[in-house]
Amino acid sequence: MSPKTERRLEKAAPWIVIIGLLIIWELVVLIFNPKPFILPAPSLVWKSFMDYREPIMAHAMFTLTNTMIGFAIGILVGSLMGIFIGSSRLVYAGFYPLLIGINSVPKAAVVPILVIWLGIGQPPAIATAFLLSFFPIAVNVAAGLATVEPELEDVLRSLGASKLDILRKISLPRSLPYFFASLKVAVTLAFVGAVISETLASNDGIGYMMLQAASQFRTSLMFAGLIVIAAMGIGAYLVCAYVEARMTGWATRKQAVMTGGG
Amino acid sequence: MSNTVQPGPSKAFVDFAGVGLRYGDENGTLALSGVDLAIEKGQFAAIVGPSGCGKSSFMKLATGLCPPSEGSIRVAGAPVTGPLKITGMAFQNPTLLPWRDTLGNVMLPLEIVQPHRSRLSSERAKYEAKARALLATVGLAGFENKQPWMLSGGMQQRTSLCRALIHDPQLLMLDEPFAALDAFTREELWAVLQDLWMLQRFTCVLVTHDLREAAYLADVIFVMSTRPGRVISTHRVDIPRPRTVQSTFDPHFNEIVQQIRAEIAQVRKENTAGIVAPQGAAP
Repeated sequence: MSPKTERRLEKAAPWIVIIGLLIIWELVVLIFNPKPFILPAPSLVWKSFMDYREPIMAHAMFTLTNTMIGFAIGILVGSLMGIFIGSSRLVYAGFYPLLIGINSVPKAAVVPILVIWLGIGQPPAIATAFLLSFFPIAVNVAAGLATVEPELEDVLRSLGASKLDILRKISLPRSLPYFFASLKVAVTLAFVGAVISETLASNDGIGYMMLQAASQFRTSLMFAGLIVIAAMGIGAYLVCAYVEARMTGWATRKQAVMTGGG
Repeated sequence: MSNTVQPGPSKAFVDFAGVGLRYGDENGTLALSGVDLAIEKGQFAAIVGPSGCGKSSFMKLATGLCPPSEGSIRVAGAPVTGPLKITGMAFQNPTLLPWRDTLGNVMLPLEIVQPHRSRLSSERAKYEAKARALLATVGLAGFENKQPWMLSGGMQQRTSLCRALIHDPQLLMLDEPFAALDAFTREELWAVLQDLWMLQRFTCVLVTHDLREAAYLADVIFVMSTRPGRVISTHRVDIPRPRTVQSTFDPHFNEIVQQIRAEIAQVRKENTAGIVAPQGAAP
């Protein structure tokens, strides 16, 4: 195989796998003929999607909006918290256990509390998306700050640099690759958070729609919802990966820019 | 004691008087003890010694990054109380910032040190020209916009030297800057450093374990004992400058190197035998 065809094949590989799986799925349904509410064929899922595309897209937009607002707050709070706990060993020692504690609480268990505080619908969805997404950002930024080479700090300190100078010139740029790597994880978690909250306490959004579809045994519609969430998740991930490659190309050096890696 | 220069505000630029350094609490490691030395302004000094003699601790003390546990340190006539702003530093690891190109790395100190800091934005062209000229003197013309990882180890170290010198420091501190380079590159950079020093005549302190390097570059070599480090002897190197690789084959050069080597071997042996090392003799 020539290197050129090999590269083309590499590019086509994810599509080949997805299409192959869809074909197998369709064949399995054709051969074993399960009831459609147990396992609908991909063609049936597609049909549901086309039939209900307007309400699906409306719900999807609601979910996407909540996710992105929650994610944006997560980026802001997460980076600030990361800088805060990463800049001082004392703060790190004090806050890190708390952060771990917050992160290990299942967020589905927090949603009812959020509902009491914030009502139903959009506010708890945004809050849950935020709660899930800020943690990886904070931890990664803190790790980036905490692992600056001491000699590099000495170079600047021997010039009389202030703590703020060191943060601006060295620590922050140094932690950018960690930050962008965490965005890819955080954005997918933000989707998880928004959908959990919508499933539990909302009258809109993909999560709510799936719950409604389930109560009516419209399995093909549930699958259509799942696929829309997946598509949005992949899209958001790719955007983050692209921004990462653009902003911190120096960290990956000459390696090919991989949109799916990491 | 061979160190005949009297401590005091006389003409010493770097002046250590009875300096000791202990890491941690009272039971911590004693890195340096009773260090007395004086380096004149514009002098090129080298500090050599067996491994673990506190050479790097000396660096931290002289630049004010770390306060001494006892004794006093004066640099440029004033007691050292915090990080000095008149120093440049370079280490064995070039510690370049990978997100900046060569020029950006060299110009980093200008963004920190006054008065350059406040002038940098209005006089950027002037400063850039200065950085380019400095890079050219170490043979890096044309590499200004290369990222650090595109440079060889020797080139990275040259860049690191430029970064240490761009703000015209009065004191250049070098901590084994060439230790990780191959022998040929190392000898090349000795010449580069000597040229820079002869041109600008900053006071330079080179910490190294390479005795040939010390004898090639320095006017005066301080030999330190094993931990806790003390200055056990001082050697003046009177070989005329500019020195070349050819100078290193000179019998007198080898005599100096041999003598220092013997002294270090002696303190190492005595250290393992548990005997306190005696004071060395001046050449």
